[in-house]
Amino acid sequence: MISTATTTRILEVEGLSARYGHVEALRPVDLHVDEGELVAVLGPNGAGKSTLMNAIMGLVPTQGRVRFRGREVPRRAPAAAAALGIVLVPEGRGIFAPMTVAENLELGAYLLNDRHEYARRHARVLAMFPRLKERLSQTAGSLSGGEQQMLAVGRALMSEPKILLLDEPSLGLAPRIIEEILQKLGELNRQGLSIILVEQKAPLVLKLAQRAYLLSVGSIAAEIDPRTIKSHDELVQYYLG
Amino acid sequence: MNSFNTIWAKGRGDRATWLLWGLAAAFVAYTFATGGYLIAVLQFALIYTVLVTGLNIFMGFTGQVSFGHNAFAAIGGYSSAVLTTTYGWEPLPACLLGLAGALACALVVGYPVLRLRGHYLAMATLAIGLIVYEVAVQWQSVTQGYMGISGIPPIGIGSFTIASDRALLVFLMIVAALAMLSAAGIRRSRLGRAFVAAAGSEDAARALGIDVARYKLTAFMISAAYAAIAGSLFVHAVGFVSPEVFGLPMVVMSFTMLYVGGIGTIAGPALGAIIISVLPESFRTFKDYQDLAYGAALIVILIYAPRGLASLPELSARWRRRSA
Repeated sequence: MISTATTTRILEVEGLSARYGHVEALRPVDLHVDEGELVAVLGPNGAGKSTLMNAIMGLVPTQGRVRFRGREVPRRAPAAAAALGIVLVPEGRGIFAPMTVAENLELGAYLLNDRHEYARRHARVLAMFPRLKERLSQTAGSLSGGEQQMLAVGRALMSEPKILLLDEPSLGLAPRIIEEILQKLGELNRQGLSIILVEQKAPLVLKLAQRAYLLSVGSIAAEIDPRTIKSHDELVQYYLG
Repeated sequence: MNSFNTIWAKGRGDRATWLLWGLAAAFVAYTFATGGYLIAVLQFALIYTVLVTGLNIFMGFTGQVSFGHNAFAAIGGYSSAVLTTTYGWEPLPACLLGLAGALACALVVGYPVLRLRGHYLAMATLAIGLIVYEVAVQWQSVTQGYMGISGIPPIGIGSFTIASDRALLVFLMIVAALAMLSAAGIRRSRLGRAFVAAAGSEDAARALGIDVARYKLTAFMISAAYAAIAGSLFVHAVGFVSPEVFGLPMVVMSFTMLYVGGIGTIAGPALGAIIISVLPESFRTFKDYQDLAYGAALIVILIYAPRGLASLPELSARWRRRSA
């Protein structure tokens, strides 16, 4: 356990659980993220990582509480969560394929009604992902997988989130692209953005994260300090119990 | 079904596009000059253009499904018919009241029903159409049941009425053009982008703070408004209304037009409405085999232009690239 006494919590999750019908996809989970922290959520397929992200966002029916900077986040109201500054880049990116890259970015700032602020954010996102700039008028569906992931992250950034939730951004991408995207996320984190990063590719993420939670069969199995993980074997130990 | 690029946005200046529009214009000019039965066919197509353009906002842009828009057309149509004949209202206020009624109905029905998705939404909307049909049959004191209402006056304001076939044709062309232009405006607006986002990925849209449920309801109401206007236009054009006018065949017809024309496009509904109206007529010489020829033509169109006639310019461009 790392001492967090001096820092403030941006997100606190208490006893958050979710079920699909009779299946309990997520047993009551407690976790927290400090301001400016990058926290990884690791775990094998079916451990409930995506459900946890959807539950925080309020996309699925849940029990338990989520607090953002001390304020209760209303349940089952993703629009309200987004307005607070919690934004999810969903698994599989969820880009709007028939729309252009520019339109996708616009939808990221859907709650914004300020032309100048919009232009500022737009410029910032394009500076971060120059490749999107060349493709602005192309339909999002025509982009490569890596570019689509960049668009998904860029679209989320258009809303100027306070905390960014990323659900397996590496899914289906080439190693070089994954590294490029993770490097951007590290950059964003150094600029002060709090991030929860869900991943299966633990070794890559542990280089980046300040803390990690290990999720297995719907509940948190361990909280890891990445600095203490010396070898791959140790991680495997965690995975297999 | 995901070609949201309008024929204007993508195919601008394309020869195939101009050819299609040229053919349409030539046909209209020919009809206008010769008159007679074809004028009625074209009037019918233009009224359906309004209905299908509205349906396209809900189904094409927003990615939902409705088998019940005949209900809103019936509300518009019957309001116009009853208010102008029984109560002696002017056509315009009667049409507006019908429009308000359809919007109110869409709001009340849409709120619970739009929680459903896919086939369930289809079944629930189908029920709306059937209920309104039953009401039209049973509420004899107002609708005169199966007998229907005849003697509905033509469209007009005050002493100025659009009585001649040719004048009505011009008027309907203007209305259909306005319907298409407004749909194009909606598609390009903030509202339209929210619709398309809801169609693309509901969860992703919600995760971005877009209130998907509200936009689905908005799209449903907008498309109901188009349907109500189409219903009013229909009864004024024909001068008669009965429950059969707004029955299930109307649903089948509008779906065929939407898919043959090109769902999600701006020009698609108009192209579909015109082709589906004219096609059966052009096979009249086949006599007993008319329906067979019509069906075969539909199959050929959907095989070679699966995304509708509005996608033809795109297809021809691809074909040209391949042969070059």
